[in-house]
Amino acid sequence: MIRMDAFMLMIVVASALGVVASQHQARKTYVALEREQTRTHELEVEWGQLQLEQSTWATLARVERIARTRLELVEPRPGQMIVIEGVK
Amino acid sequence: MKKPGAVTFNHNPLLAKGLPVSRPRLVLIGLLLGSITLVARAAYLQGFNNDFLKAKGESRYARVIEIPATRGRITDRNGDIMAVSTPVSSIWAIPPDAKLTPSDTRQLAGLLEMEVEDVSRRLATQGDFVYLKRQLSPDIARRIAELKLPGIHQQREYRRYYPSGEVMAHVLGFTGIDDKGQEGVELAFEGDLAGQPGSRRVIRDRRGQIVEDVESIRGPRDGQDVALAIDVKLQYLAHTALQQAIETHKAKAGAIVVLDVRSGEVLALVNAPTFNPNNRANLSGAQLRNRVLTDIYEPGSTMKPFIAALALERGFVKAETVINTDPGRITIGRATISDVKRHGPLTVAQVIQKSSNVGTVRMAQHFAPDEMWRMFDSLGFGSPLGLGFPGEVGGRLRAAKTWKPIEQATMSFGHGISATLMQMAHAYLVFARDGELLPLTLTRVSETPTGAKQVFSVATARKMREILELATGPGGTAPKAQVPGYRVAGKTGTAHKLEGGRYTNKYISSFVGFAPVSDPRIVVAVMIDEPTAGKHYGGTVAAPVFSRVTEGALRALGVAPDAPLVPLQVAGGNGEKRETPRGNM
Repeated sequence: MIRMDAFMLMIVVASALGVVASQHQARKTYVALEREQTRTHELEVEWGQLQLEQSTWATLARVERIARTRLELVEPRPGQMIVIEGVK
Repeated sequence: MKKPGAVTFNHNPLLAKGLPVSRPRLVLIGLLLGSITLVARAAYLQGFNNDFLKAKGESRYARVIEIPATRGRITDRNGDIMAVSTPVSSIWAIPPDAKLTPSDTRQLAGLLEMEVEDVSRRLATQGDFVYLKRQLSPDIARRIAELKLPGIHQQREYRRYYPSGEVMAHVLGFTGIDDKGQEGVELAFEGDLAGQPGSRRVIRDRRGQIVEDVESIRGPRDGQDVALAIDVKLQYLAHTALQQAIETHKAKAGAIVVLDVRSGEVLALVNAPTFNPNNRANLSGAQLRNRVLTDIYEPGSTMKPFIAALALERGFVKAETVINTDPGRITIGRATISDVKRHGPLTVAQVIQKSSNVGTVRMAQHFAPDEMWRMFDSLGFGSPLGLGFPGEVGGRLRAAKTWKPIEQATMSFGHGISATLMQMAHAYLVFARDGELLPLTLTRVSETPTGAKQVFSVATARKMREILELATGPGGTAPKAQVPGYRVAGKTGTAHKLEGGRYTNKYISSFVGFAPVSDPRIVVAVMIDEPTAGKHYGGTVAAPVFSRVTEGALRALGVAPDAPLVPLQVAGGNGEKRETPRGNM
């Protein structure tokens, strides 16, 4: 009887330690998950900022200014254009 | 070790005295009552009031935190970003906690780009909460956080940026400080764009770190992106053309719309004066108004083609039928309607080409008011287009029963009836699309929308295209609308402005047209409000703007030229016959 009790006690202690360990594990992984989620969000934010930056650089007013002044491009006059037909 | 004379408790002579029985009993009752109270209290706390206390305890370490959702982006039809939200920080303070040294305050004010006195004044206010500055860039916010000032906190918010600035201002509108739509597309599509923040319950440890996710109450839902029908290239083109026209003609305001004939999409929509949506200090109502959709005007002669089309449709005239417009005026009741100059006999086509009021009125007199009303109504006048744009109006079209003969006459050349520029452009789709009217859309569509209705027959619409092309040809009212390499068609309008119930000598010059005539791709409508630099005719003020916008738009869309005006080299191809350039009629 006493041996039985001791055995049960050991099992209980073991399972209690198991609970503690798994709880700890759960918390650790959760913190990791949390960190990754924050990172995801931060990356999304950065992506948005980069898109914003890209479209600011690509503003048509700026493109036109550079094309006209620095690259000295001009619009073709009708006589300078060749129309290729039959291309869809 | 007893000292003589000392007594132990049990031998205390007082005990032997025999106290009255009531005293120990009283003490006993007192003790009993006390312990009963304690037991009852314990039972109450442990048993009955358990839930409340547990909740209280939990609230010490469990927190519901909000998971932010981002607002959807707005892009143009090619996916270029027109509006995007990025996080910013607002700096706030708890004044009683914020005990800053003068050097701290100076440092903080420097980072906030505020006056030191201003910061101090805010920190000296009564109360527990004060914003120091809202919507700071994350960079600066980080540097402020590094100062670790007591009582100074940050709050993360979103701010909307519009990289295209004033070019798209009226289409996009803007959001308020809380990132909710207040104007334009931002308001019209608020339901799609707005994200729904989620929330979850977590347990935090002593250091404020989250250690356990108890439950997710609601997942965050990011706002959906909205792809507009606007083509930013065309938009920019229209914007610069309009700005220039406003300047040259010293006009009060102006607007341009470009529509895609095939899909009914709004390719460009610009207004002047405009504003910078990224910096909205000192805005006036005139800058904010989206005239294309919310302002009605009397369209003037741009209405005439519809009367001619109805006359052709009914079959009582042909394009060649001659109408005598002599002596250049016509009297209806007590009012006289006159032409700018005496034209003599004109064909129906020439009435439109030369924009004769008298000729148009002669045609309109054949119709019953009801018949004319039905046409206006089916062209969409008098009722809003249903684009869902905030503040959109439908113009004024009175019931046919109330029309007097003079009113029917003036309506035929666009006075006494009012519409928005968008409605005019929309109505011109019937000519560009073989008599069919399409519903318009502000967002990009992948297939041709349904719901088109036939207003005029195919033959009538094609005939009208020819007639309208004459107006841009030699002898027409708007040769300045011509575009090298393309056949264009359209109609000018020069309307007196109605102010306080009477017509003034202020004008609205407009031009509505489409191109290329052989297979129309775009409808362009231009309106210039109060040109004051001497010229005011639609043909001289609005038509050149039309020409410039159409030329650029057709090139940007890659539409093949259909009018070899100048030596145009044609290479390769299957030898498809080109139509001859505009006839000289």
